[in-house]
Amino acid sequence: MNSVTIEHIVKKYGAKKEQVTALNDISFEVAKGELFGVIGPDGAGKTSLFRILTTLLLADSGTAMVDGFDVVKQYKNIRNRVGYMPGKFSLYQDLSVEENLRFFATIFNSSIKENYELIRDIYVQIEPFKDRRAGKLSGGMKQKLALCCALIHRPSVLFLDEPTTGVDAVSRKEFWEMLKALKLQGISILVSTPYMDEAGLCDRVALIQSGKIMSIDSPKNITQKFTKTMWAVSSAEMYRLLNDLQQYNNTEKCYAFGEFHHLVLKNDNEGKDEIMIYLLYLSHHEIELKTVQPNIEDCFIELMSKSNHQQ
Amino acid sequence: MSETVISADKLTKKFGDFIATNEISFEVKKGEIFGFLGANGAGKTTAIRMFCGLLLPSSGAATVAGFDVYRQTEKIKQNIGYMSQKFSLYEDLTVKENIRFYAGIYGMNRQSIKEKTVGLLKQLNLASEPNTLVKSLPLGWKQKLAFSVAIFHEPKVVFLDEPTGGVDPITRREFWNLIYQAAERGITIFVTTHYMDEAEYCNRVSIMVDGKIEALDTPRNLKKIFTAASMDEVFLQFARGAKRGE
Repeated sequence: MNSVTIEHIVKKYGAKKEQVTALNDISFEVAKGELFGVIGPDGAGKTSLFRILTTLLLADSGTAMVDGFDVVKQYKNIRNRVGYMPGKFSLYQDLSVEENLRFFATIFNSSIKENYELIRDIYVQIEPFKDRRAGKLSGGMKQKLALCCALIHRPSVLFLDEPTTGVDAVSRKEFWEMLKALKLQGISILVSTPYMDEAGLCDRVALIQSGKIMSIDSPKNITQKFTKTMWAVSSAEMYRLLNDLQQYNNTEKCYAFGEFHHLVLKNDNEGKDEIMIYLLYLSHHEIELKTVQPNIEDCFIELMSKSNHQQ
Repeated sequence: MSETVISADKLTKKFGDFIATNEISFEVKKGEIFGFLGANGAGKTTAIRMFCGLLLPSSGAATVAGFDVYRQTEKIKQNIGYMSQKFSLYEDLTVKENIRFYAGIYGMNRQSIKEKTVGLLKQLNLASEPNTLVKSLPLGWKQKLAFSVAIFHEPKVVFLDEPTGGVDPITRREFWNLIYQAAERGITIFVTTHYMDEAEYCNRVSIMVDGKIEALDTPRNLKKIFTAASMDEVFLQFARGAKRGE
């Protein structure tokens, strides 16, 4: 049985004249025990999707099942067996760490003791501050407490809406380590993120943009679908290099990517020699030119351009 | 050597016993893109608030655009631009109204506001949208507009606090193109980000840990010194050692 089954979900907001389509015919499945990533920028529809699946928002059309229950007809069953960590910190700021945790355990007819095993590795990191009010915790500690509260009733499916947004690179890595450990406990996890580099940590991902799923597969398969050669180019003058490469007559696409510019050619039969000649002619120096494996962000850019990114 | 736009000398801010910013010293030159990195809670925001004339330092010295951060905070505010992910434009004003509002605050006259607005809207492909409410623009357009508005009065330096959070990968790159163009015109860019690929786009990068600047150099030199393949690795080496949270 799948943990989540979504079929043709549509969600629109606003009056007819200025209607915005947040989710445009979304369908996919998440298998039991899977760590599934919903990857896309702000405004792609991630939060609407998570709110529909956690029975907090009604879709305009389409159906969705979570852990075998219908999100509309059987919403009460779902609420008992999912954990939800919203993007915005939503715990009680005036309750202490321990009080928050006990509160969430109690409303699910459970106790901290009953499922302590599940949260132990995360909770021990904030336990020294268990008497501190949640509002007084640092960002990283708030995030850990929110995760504990979402887990304390041992949910079968866990929904994490942008848990790493605005979090520094180190804390982001730590958070993903925690998710890997939870996955081993058999909990299905749906996590949304705007950070493309986090896709590689998921079993499968859906790349979502403007309410549409552009691609859905394992990160490896998505990058393998990128068939053209990806060149990485750098020189002493990176900004001039970017402009010059964008003017090159065989360039299909060229954009900055960290310390290199990524370059896709229209005609792959040409390559290193031709690019070199062009750049030397324009008196670039300290040129480095090599082929690289495209990553998820490259694929996202490719798919976005295909679906006619406006402007 | 070109003009110094920001200089800090043992700049320190204490809140009670807590030293948020601990004797930071560096200089940023005209037209430089300076990346100001650090984990959450490292003290970046406190430092930026001092540079913007919003917070008095506890000790040390600093000038921004030639003005003193203790005595000339109003002068500083007139000569800088500021933009963050959280605070940028007024959602319930139109594109044109936002431009006029900010330009007016910085004392530009009506005629030059009018002339420059036309050029800006064209550059951002917003020529047909001057009367659109900002809240109905896509996030990426908003952020590009917010940046353009922050430098509309041609400040000496613009402070960008996580300007690209949550923005799609294509728009993120368009945003950086605007940054490069501004830097070429001589505007100094002081930017914080959680995207480590963006650290590579800076001329120089500083890494702050627990209130102190622990590393400062070009991305290329930092990678060489710390034998790292990417800025991501350099950053992790430092931030892992951090003792304090936010």
